Amino acid sequence: MAASAKRRRGWRKRLGALARFTGALVIVGGLYSVFSPSLYAQEAEDNAIDSEVVKGQELYDTSCISCHGDDGEGIEGRGPSLIGVGSAAVEFQVNTGRMPMAAQGAQAPDSDYPVFTEEEAAWLGAYIEYLGGGATVPDDLEALVENANVGEGGDLYRVNCGSCHGYAGGGGALSSGAHAPALTGVSDEEIYQAMLTGPQNMPVFADNELTPEQKADIIAYVQYIVNDDRDPGGVFTLGRYGPSTEGLAIFLVGMTALLLTTLWIAGKS
Amino acid sequence: MKRRNGSSDSLLTKAGGELDDRFKLAGPARVLFNKVFPDHWSFLLGEIALFSFILLLLSGTFLALFFEPSMVEVTYHGAYVPLQGIEMSRAYESALDLSFEVRGGLFMRQMHHWATLLFMASILIHMLRIFFTGAFRAPRETNWMIGILLFWVGFFEGFFGYSLPDDGLSGTGLRIMEGMTASVPFIGPWASAALFRGQFPGTDVISMIYIIHVFIFPLILLALITVHVALVFIQKHTQWPGPGRTEHNVVGFRMFPNYVMKQVGFMLFIWGVIAAMAGLFQINPIWLFGPYEVSVVSSASQPDFYVMYLDGLIRLFPAWEFRVPPYFTLPAVFWPAIAGMGLSVLLPLVYPALERRFTKDRGHHNLLQRPRDNPGRTSLGVMVVVFWTVGAVSGGNDVFAEKFDISLNAMTWAGRIGIVILPIIAYYLTYRICLGLQQHDREVLAHGLETGILMRDPNGRFYEVHQPLAEPDEHGHTELEYNGWVVPKKMNRVGALPPTDRGFFKSIEEPSENGAARDEIESGKH
Repeated sequence: MAASAKRRRGWRKRLGALARFTGALVIVGGLYSVFSPSLYAQEAEDNAIDSEVVKGQELYDTSCISCHGDDGEGIEGRGPSLIGVGSAAVEFQVNTGRMPMAAQGAQAPDSDYPVFTEEEAAWLGAYIEYLGGGATVPDDLEALVENANVGEGGDLYRVNCGSCHGYAGGGGALSSGAHAPALTGVSDEEIYQAMLTGPQNMPVFADNELTPEQKADIIAYVQYIVNDDRDPGGVFTLGRYGPSTEGLAIFLVGMTALLLTTLWIAGKS
Repeated sequence: MKRRNGSSDSLLTKAGGELDDRFKLAGPARVLFNKVFPDHWSFLLGEIALFSFILLLLSGTFLALFFEPSMVEVTYHGAYVPLQGIEMSRAYESALDLSFEVRGGLFMRQMHHWATLLFMASILIHMLRIFFTGAFRAPRETNWMIGILLFWVGFFEGFFGYSLPDDGLSGTGLRIMEGMTASVPFIGPWASAALFRGQFPGTDVISMIYIIHVFIFPLILLALITVHVALVFIQKHTQWPGPGRTEHNVVGFRMFPNYVMKQVGFMLFIWGVIAAMAGLFQINPIWLFGPYEVSVVSSASQPDFYVMYLDGLIRLFPAWEFRVPPYFTLPAVFWPAIAGMGLSVLLPLVYPALERRFTKDRGHHNLLQRPRDNPGRTSLGVMVVVFWTVGAVSGGNDVFAEKFDISLNAMTWAGRIGIVILPIIAYYLTYRICLGLQQHDREVLAHGLETGILMRDPNGRFYEVHQPLAEPDEHGHTELEYNGWVVPKKMNRVGALPPTDRGFFKSIEEPSENGAARDEIESGKH
């Protein structure tokens, strides 16, 4: 019996220690919560991001992982690593329908029917951002573009963009099946994202090469020549491909009309 | 009022008489008015070039009133918003002002450019007509050579013209021309320095080519065209073989009134087409190219179409550089650009002499040949056309690649292989087609026309009934000579069917009385 009484006393002792420990924890935790309330707020925000990241990861694991690998680390010969590319790159590639890529080729073509909604693209962007940070579009882009200088943008466009996208944004060929797409029907955000992240064959124009203001100037110029230019000089622009379509037009329209005229005139005798 | 002596004398006749009394015009005018021209649609192609040229002189004069070939640096403050505040040359600024602020200026500029393209295109088409019909043969070799020179003077005149506005595209073109000039062995660098005053087209070249463009070359063109047309008058126009036409006569219409009326109408029509194109189609939008800067080269930088085949040859030619270090380097661009252009000038010039030598044909020819009747020459011509076309398409191969989703490298290789293989295939195919057409002509002459009526004889054999073109011999054959002109190939050409209704929108012929009666029967009135 003495042994059992001794055991019971031991239990009581342990329970007491646990109670003291719990009490101490509650006091410390309470004190901590009193003195650092911001930590709780931070945690709440982290949870919100976490939910976007988790949703992004779910999409990533079903649609991107086969080429870009586990945790965006990339797979040799299939897809590059996405760590550090940032949400701007992800949203550009996904929102323009370039990603997910239907097949490996010279270049991912853009599509009018993107696989993911803009919300889903944002989730994917959040996930990639979570993996390694990277470039993002400034929140005040709209204001930047509104105050942009179109003339300055034209100058920058001709030096930096025209050699691939053409003098009027009509697009152009690059080597081995790659191409610089036409700039018609693209949003300000997409142009900004493309300049910032250099998708496909495009070089990256980081903020130390073109400041956000200069990028906004270029956006304003591109939107002007693509949308607002009232095409002085004709109803038809011939696609703005330069003299090759003009040469086609003189034979198909001018010469053809006049050859028919010669037949008509010579026939009337 | 007193009735004048000789009532048929109108005021015009009287004025003509007075003029003739003073200037002795009646004789030459009679000769001119009675000059006979043969009538065929293909004889009107040269006129397209002639009348485009007149419009070029007129529109160019208008442009010269407003364009300033000055390379002074200015800051743009004109009407075109995206260029405001940009530094540019006065030449570019005045071209912009001409486009946006001079009333009708842009229309005139576009008309000038479209007329240029039409001028060069019609020279090419006209040249093909002359070549394929053998119209360049003796005694007209000189006029053929003048025509070739006209093309090349027009080629450089056009190049200088689109170099003048000092925009991004024209500066790129000048830079390429500078590189081509510099590639000539030994004299290249000096020639380039003398013409362009530096590696990149600088401040001197625009004012220099301005005076060439508006004065020297137009004068040369005008002189060559005058001689060209005068030679057609003196040597008389060639004509197709046919009834009553020989090597020693010209069958056709008098200059006045028939031919003059047609020509005036045609001229107005040509100007109308150019004006319509100038109003409808944007051409050379210099405001989009921006001012010329050495670092600015747009994609799809092509020359105008008549230069494009040379650009294509440069793009296709492999990068074979010949070096004797350290003394001598012959860049790859020399072969397509300088050698290619040299051959393009030389070979057409000497072609009539070559053909005379190889065919030993020393006669004078006023009658034309149908292309099928000289298959060797025709095939050679098609060969050159295919070569030129592959070159021209390759000149725009980046635009093709981009718009048709083809790899640019694949376009280049297709051009390299195509420019060697396709002309050979074209030669063979054309030769066979010519022989086939010849054979069919002979067949119709010997056996008659296919009527489309199938018959079956008692043995069960099917055969097509042929309509002989003359009284056949006992074997059903006709001995008819081929005279170098169209052989009828269809029954309605020999009167089997009534002629088609005349009239543009509706028939201009009254229905016959029988026809009217039939209508009444069909409508149930009887």
